[in-house]
Amino acid sequence: MTNDSEKKILIICRRPPYGNSLAREALEVTLAASAFDQDISILFTGDGVFQLLKDQSSDSIASKNHLKLLAAFPLYDIEQLFVDRHSLDERKLSEHNCCLPIQLIDDASCRTFLRQFNSVLSF
Amino acid sequence: MKYSLLILAAPYSTQSVGTALRFCKAAIASQHQIERVFFYHDGVNCGNLLSSPPSDEVDLPEEWRQLATENNIDLVLCVASALRRGILDSKEATRYDKPSANTQAPFEISGLGQLIDACQQSDRMITFAA
Repeated sequence: MTNDSEKKILIICRRPPYGNSLAREALEVTLAASAFDQDISILFTGDGVFQLLKDQSSDSIASKNHLKLLAAFPLYDIEQLFVDRHSLDERKLSEHNCCLPIQLIDDASCRTFLRQFNSVLSF
Repeated sequence: MKYSLLILAAPYSTQSVGTALRFCKAAIASQHQIERVFFYHDGVNCGNLLSSPPSDEVDLPEEWRQLATENNIDLVLCVASALRRGILDSKEATRYDKPSANTQAPFEISGLGQLIDACQQSDRMITFAA
């Protein structure tokens, strides 16, 4: 049941999955928000789109595999995943490279998209 | 308006933390409220009370301490980020059998629930990036 006064939270992920802990930390906020029954959405933009790539292997850099964290999203009912289309195009990627179902946001719809959220946290 | 801040940057390494402090002071001077400052990622280093900068530089952890005390602002250090980076209060230092603690009130070590709560309680969230 949703509370009318419940706020919509957006997490913006701009970082690639490895090389910086912010990618993981952003997802941990997302999981925590969901555990507290928040209306949580996540936007992957810039190098953040790399986080969603299928077939990641991180053993050689002794890092936890980012896909394992993303695999928890369906279990936590986190389904509002958005990806910046331009960021995918720039990196010669498409939604078919993404490990989870996503919705594309393009430049024209971005401002309207962002306006629906009460709180935006940017990683 | 009630603002809460998410601070991701380490003090001194970039301008981000100094800007966050100036933002808070300006907001308070304009009759807004700063509800909570949540320190995450490298931001937890703002709670390191062993920080000893030269006398001709701003003491950032001390600035936060004073601002919070004078204006009743919650300062929260994310426990997972703090432990990894060696920012421990006396409770955590005992728990992890470490030789000393380096943070205390008004900095409080707590979980991501405090960040989520800040989103609910505040009118605006502002992120100061790493």
